[in-house]
Amino acid sequence: MAAAHTPEALAPEALSPLAGAQLRGRLSAFLNLLRENGFLVGLEDASDCLRFAAMADLARPAALRAGLRCICCTRQADWQRFDELFDAYWLRRGIKGLLRVSGTPPKGRGARKLSEAGAPGGSLGAPDRVSREGEEAAGNPADRQGKRAGASSSESLAQADFRHLVSAEELQRVHDLADRLARRMRHRLSRRERQRRRGRRLDLRRTIHRSIGRGGLPIDLAWRRRRDKPLRLVVVLDASGSMSQYSAFFVRFIHGVLDRFREAEAFVFHTRLIHVSPALRERNATRAVERLSLIAQGWSGGTRIGESLAGFNRQHAARVVHGRSVVMIVSDGYDTGAPELLGREMAALRRRTRRIVWLNPMIGWQDYEPTAAGMQAALPYVDLFAPAHNLQSLEALAPYLERV
Amino acid sequence: MQRNEIADHLAQVGYVADSQLAMALWLMERLQRPLLLEGAAGVGKTEVAKALAQIHDTRLIRLQCYEGLDANAAIYEWNYQRQLLAIKAREGRGESAEAVEKHIFSEEFLLERPLLAAIRQEKPAVLLIDEIDRADEEFEAFLLEILSDYQISIPELGTVHALSIPLVVLTSNGTRELSDALRRRCLYHFVDYPTEDKEARILTTRLPKIDSTLALQIAAFVAAVRKEDLRKVPGVAETLDWAAALVGLEVRDLATEPKVVQDTLLCLLKTQEDRLALAPEVTQRLLGKVA
Repeated sequence: MAAAHTPEALAPEALSPLAGAQLRGRLSAFLNLLRENGFLVGLEDASDCLRFAAMADLARPAALRAGLRCICCTRQADWQRFDELFDAYWLRRGIKGLLRVSGTPPKGRGARKLSEAGAPGGSLGAPDRVSREGEEAAGNPADRQGKRAGASSSESLAQADFRHLVSAEELQRVHDLADRLARRMRHRLSRRERQRRRGRRLDLRRTIHRSIGRGGLPIDLAWRRRRDKPLRLVVVLDASGSMSQYSAFFVRFIHGVLDRFREAEAFVFHTRLIHVSPALRERNATRAVERLSLIAQGWSGGTRIGESLAGFNRQHAARVVHGRSVVMIVSDGYDTGAPELLGREMAALRRRTRRIVWLNPMIGWQDYEPTAAGMQAALPYVDLFAPAHNLQSLEALAPYLERV
Repeated sequence: MQRNEIADHLAQVGYVADSQLAMALWLMERLQRPLLLEGAAGVGKTEVAKALAQIHDTRLIRLQCYEGLDANAAIYEWNYQRQLLAIKAREGRGESAEAVEKHIFSEEFLLERPLLAAIRQEKPAVLLIDEIDRADEEFEAFLLEILSDYQISIPELGTVHALSIPLVVLTSNGTRELSDALRRRCLYHFVDYPTEDKEARILTTRLPKIDSTLALQIAAFVAAVRKEDLRKVPGVAETLDWAAALVGLEVRDLATEPKVVQDTLLCLLKTQEDRLALAPEVTQRLLGKVA
């Protein structure tokens, strides 16, 4: 495959006149370029590159290309990017493209801009402010339940529909609650694991050690325990226009989940699917949430749940989903794509996972029936179809997840 | 072995390699680093290790990974039955417990598993750690330790140093994301589905009886099948099976025998859904492109 890109004739400023210190200098600059582009190039790789340069016959760039590619790449994405970077650096081809890709925006710059403009959550929730004031008197579920409970402010907050939380302060408190919930869910899950995995096996090595003094009679037995394994939670969040009022909250929830669960992955979709876990592995909650809010905001147009799930099944499912995974889809089920596709992809996903939980904020609304064609197509494959319009409904999930 | 010879040697043992893979194999030997091969199932990752062992005329030691693989199955185990017998046999002799213990935890009672066996070869072996992504993360960490020091410590015996550094080939299908530490440790090669031309060469290398135009036709047809939306994309092994079947049925030209092609597709497609997806009309369309 290298041959396809490489002319045997060299560009004038390319490799042949390079030797010794000059080559070392250019090599290390190239390794820096790779690092800037997200390659994992360690010290060992750097010294191996030099050893390789000393050993190999570098008259042909094809050899240099093949060797460096082999040493510096660590994953498929690197492998596919490598040619572009190599050409740009060594053969000065496609420089423009390189400037664009290598100048990765400093992390968080966009997010900072956003925060100057106002709280990201606030900006997501803002369109709802007017309707909230108008609905005060209308018997929406939040108000009704709030009256019935009539207890502490945190309790009423737990019952408030996420649509009606607007101010930055309110949102922050919701975020804290979600964070706590994520913590509780994980603790329960791991404790359950420990209790259930009672299956113990004989540790023969230790048993024999102990039995030497008794003429080989295994009186004092040693046992082994199976290591407990946490469930993996895979969250797939619908960030389409119809869900926009809820995305600010779920973005925070997802961050809590990724931060707290030992094994968790998150995806956001709208018209296409994005794997957001890498962007969210950020201890600074505000920065992470801002970053995800940007991703979730960036799109507009119809929701394509079926296509997004197809993308998930094709590209990510094999790696991310296994027999100990619970897939949690958060969506209102309004799909502009074909319901048949959604049904087919749900069936495919069902084969891979342990459970599929579908959280639908609409269930919390009065008189809601899951009549959307997409929702109808998906329901047969869903193990738990639950509301997710307020914190109380999310907390109600914990007992279910404990039993999974 | 020189770099330019590697591809020729591989071809002699029936493995068609491109120059990039030849470079990877040359480097792993020179730099003494493991080679991580990634790619879809059935693109011939395991075959690389087998061919490598053949061209070096050395032993291939294979460790098949699975979930729950532990040190006992991967490195060494004590022969418990023999130990019990030995304790019994020495019972009457009035030896001290320490002496008995020393005896039964000696070399004589040690069962080698692949990793220990690989570092105790006189001549560097090829160690194939197959489907590392199926093993769990704990095992990966453990493996990393062995791959950096090439020594294994056995509490009862002491540290076993490598007699020779094996050529280590790891393969992964991507069922789980591997740790960065392991990736950093390894050289990397991504094995893709072969191009039509390369697949035709694989067919002629492996099936000497095959007609070269038929080989090209088969390669082109399989390449077209891979572009269809299938659940299990056929790998090189499937192509070889199918080609062998067609040769056995004395097919000379795919275009003239659509019925046989349809009937033998079971060699390529391994799920019911995929069989249904490649209905006769679809096959006909693909054959039209090929012939």
